[in-house]
Amino acid sequence: MAIESPAQPPRSLVSEGAAVELVDVVKEYGGHRALAGVSLTMRPGEFVALLGPSGCGKTTVLRSLAGLERIDGGRIRIDGADVTAVPVNKRDIGMVFQSYSLFPHLTAVQNVQFGLEMRRVDAASRARRAREALEMVGLGSLGARYAHELSGGQQQRVALARALVTRPRVLLLDEPLSALDAKVRVQLREEIRRIQIELGITTLFVTHDQEEALAVADRVAVMHAGAIEQVGAPEELYSTPATPFVADFVGLSNRVEGEVRAGRVLVHGAELPLLREEVQDGPVIAFVRPEDVLFADSGVPATVVSSSFLGSVRRTLVRLPDDTLLSVQHETSRRPAAGERVHVRFGGRAVSVSPRPARG
Amino acid sequence: MSAGVEDVRASGTSEESTTPLRAVGRPEAVARRALGRTPRVGAAPSRATSTIVLVLAGVFFLVPIAAMVEFSLRQGRTGSYTLQHYAAVLDPAQEYAYDGLFQGTLNSLAICAITVLIVLLVLLPTMILVELRYPALRRALEFVCILPITIPTVVIGVGFLPVYSVIARLVGSDAWSLAFAIGIIVLPYAYRPIAVNLQGLDVAMLSEAARSLGAGWGTVMVRVLVPNLRRGILASCFITIAVVLGEFTIATFLSRTTFQTALVLIQHTDPYVAVIFALLALVFGFVLLLVIGRLGAVRRRA
Amino acid sequence: MTLAARTARARGARDAGTEPSRRRPDLGWLGLAPFSVYVVLFLLLPAALAVGSGFFTRDGAFTLANLAAFGNPIVLKDFLDSFWLSAVTAVLGAVFGATICYALLRARPDGLLRSVVDAGSSVLAQFGGVMLAFAWIATIGSQGLVTVLVAQLTGIESLGGLGGPSLYTVAGLIPVYLYFQVPLMVLSFMPAMEGLRQAWAEAAATLGATRATYWRRIAMPILAPAFFGCAILLFANAFSSFATAAALIDQGGIVPLRIFSSLSSETVLGADNLAGVLALGMVVVMVVLMAAYGLLQRRAARWQR
Repeated sequence: MAIESPAQPPRSLVSEGAAVELVDVVKEYGGHRALAGVSLTMRPGEFVALLGPSGCGKTTVLRSLAGLERIDGGRIRIDGADVTAVPVNKRDIGMVFQSYSLFPHLTAVQNVQFGLEMRRVDAASRARRAREALEMVGLGSLGARYAHELSGGQQQRVALARALVTRPRVLLLDEPLSALDAKVRVQLREEIRRIQIELGITTLFVTHDQEEALAVADRVAVMHAGAIEQVGAPEELYSTPATPFVADFVGLSNRVEGEVRAGRVLVHGAELPLLREEVQDGPVIAFVRPEDVLFADSGVPATVVSSSFLGSVRRTLVRLPDDTLLSVQHETSRRPAAGERVHVRFGGRAVSVSPRPARG
Repeated sequence: MSAGVEDVRASGTSEESTTPLRAVGRPEAVARRALGRTPRVGAAPSRATSTIVLVLAGVFFLVPIAAMVEFSLRQGRTGSYTLQHYAAVLDPAQEYAYDGLFQGTLNSLAICAITVLIVLLVLLPTMILVELRYPALRRALEFVCILPITIPTVVIGVGFLPVYSVIARLVGSDAWSLAFAIGIIVLPYAYRPIAVNLQGLDVAMLSEAARSLGAGWGTVMVRVLVPNLRRGILASCFITIAVVLGEFTIATFLSRTTFQTALVLIQHTDPYVAVIFALLALVFGFVLLLVIGRLGAVRRRA
Repeated sequence: MTLAARTARARGARDAGTEPSRRRPDLGWLGLAPFSVYVVLFLLLPAALAVGSGFFTRDGAFTLANLAAFGNPIVLKDFLDSFWLSAVTAVLGAVFGATICYALLRARPDGLLRSVVDAGSSVLAQFGGVMLAFAWIATIGSQGLVTVLVAQLTGIESLGGLGGPSLYTVAGLIPVYLYFQVPLMVLSFMPAMEGLRQAWAEAAATLGATRATYWRRIAMPILAPAFFGCAILLFANAFSSFATAAALIDQGGIVPLRIFSSLSSETVLGADNLAGVLALGMVVVMVVLMAAYGLLQRRAARWQR
């Protein structure tokens, strides 16, 4: 990969960042409510990730903010000014698309210059600013290449430079990494984060990959079925999910059948505290993180099904006597063999639950 | 680089701070305008533009068809209309008058059948064989199959004269032997649907899978490949039929009677019947191709 | 799987076959024989005979003298007429066809409208020949529907330069040729039009471009190679078209008609095998056109991944 060590972002691109406010945004597609009143506030310079499964409406939120989608209700404000009716080409936002958005008949540097031409910047400054933006993303020497002569990762870097060179008020990233290889994906997301911090630009990043969202964002907004379920710092979402959906979607959870009684949940003989205590007594599904299940000398008997090495930790799948499958995260020094008889116990951290119909 | 940054700071202030694109509406004005607008981004035209263009094009293309219909209903130059020309086609008493046309149609149908056989028994196996065993020849095969488009039919027609003088000595000069020549004209059209279908399959993988399960080559062909290719094969056959029925040049050069040459002949004696048959042929071809198109559309949606 | 492993397995499978497997060297290439023989006999041989015959006298002696036919004013006029008829209908067909493609961008690609347009275009572009000529005789021939209507409405007996008897001249072929040129453009240009990615338009818009700017700076340059490529295809199509003209014009006029009429007489315009000579001329023109077409297509394909 021909990517040089990236240059410091040019001073010309540093911005103070704009505040963004979505108020009760509604979007309908032929009777179907794609967005059912979405509200989200972004502080100047903040990096917010919009996370959710496909079809949850996250891309629609981003496209509404960009002005690519007309909204059927609500307001959108940038820096306090209502932009709901401002057309996309006057909204002054920068956007990076999923893939293949570079103009194929223009070189990388011509692509980057396009937005500057639209703003009638003179040729000399145009060339300088485009060069600086390409250097910032580590592609200073590839400016003369066409899109088809660049790798997928390089194309997305050019797209990033093209979106940022005009100094937009907001940067919108629409799953920009989803078409890339795993390794490039991690590399590029860290670089996007670095550049974003250095430029101080308010950024909305749409992704379905929770690891990606948790890794780069200041705050993550989890969307489900056209509504935002929870907004918070990554740690917050992970440790105190506000809804069963968030508990299930963010991070890895074991779904264990249990019973709530008097503010505690009983699972396989263990009594665990509840994250939110206002749960009615009755049968529930409890979401238990793999790191909250431990191997022990005594406890629930289990049989090892399989075990996988994940670098710094190992995750082992065990089967309980009632056929429940549990994922246990543990140190790599222990290497359980399939069929091995073990005992597990629960760590005792508070869990989130969702009601389930009693077994018939 | 630090020099560059200095430079930017020195010259930057005036130009970078201007962002002429920033436009912000007043909130009250916005409230009235906002919710009714559809941002139109993309290459597609507005509904009005699209409709106007398509209606104009529709008129240009349908008027001649309508004129054919109108013409076929005319009663001489009297200005009144009649179905007599349609009745005449079915009238056994006038059969002799349309003898040439019926003979031409029969000839064309025979040529259709043989040409379809050429496609199925010569072209199709070759395409599958190349895909399976000789993928290096794929480009060469494509080139050969597209070639008849780039050589004008009149040129091949000139060359067919000496070839067919030999063929006439071998098998006689019946019209069906035209199928060999027309099979060549058909090649590009018949090749494409099968090729597209083949592209969408991993033929090597399919046949390896079938072979690993114990199937012989014959079984692979009949039970695995042909069923998976049936859409492409069907489209090829339909298009072949349409091309053969519309073929005029080769038949003219080799002076054989086919549907099209008979049409031109009868046009001098009974233009009404010529127009009726031309209409029927156009509609028939249209329906054939519409079926191919819908087959493809279903596949795309699936 | 490595190639070696695959070959080994294939061999194993073959050896294990129920056939008496002694006599099974690779005979697969024999399967290519029928098609190869067919193509050589009915495509390559006739093409070679047609072009080659221009180099021989009636008695079979090799000569270059026949090429002098290209200096004959009548032959020159034929080529000139063929050229301008092809050029005019290619340009008009390309412009009108591209406009229709543009209008079709709104229609669903797998919708009924597209299927109808595709099927209609296919019929007119590829199979209509003679029947299209009839359609236009019925429309603007001397007794055509439009001719009659115009005569009734305005009292003009013959439609300007187009209607009536002038339908049977080279200029009269223009509307008739457009009747298959425009559909051919729709068929061949639509894939390029559909290749315009929505992301390009949206990226341009977020960067500040209006729709007009998007078309001028992005869409048109991207479509240009395909557009000119298709225009060349249209030129070639008109240039080699025979059926429509033959159904309308009896004698001479354009090159394909001259080739046909020169077949029936042994020595025309002072040259033996004039058909072969003209065929050679056509092939030369087509080779040049197809080379240009291939070049433009490659360029268009590079951008449309």
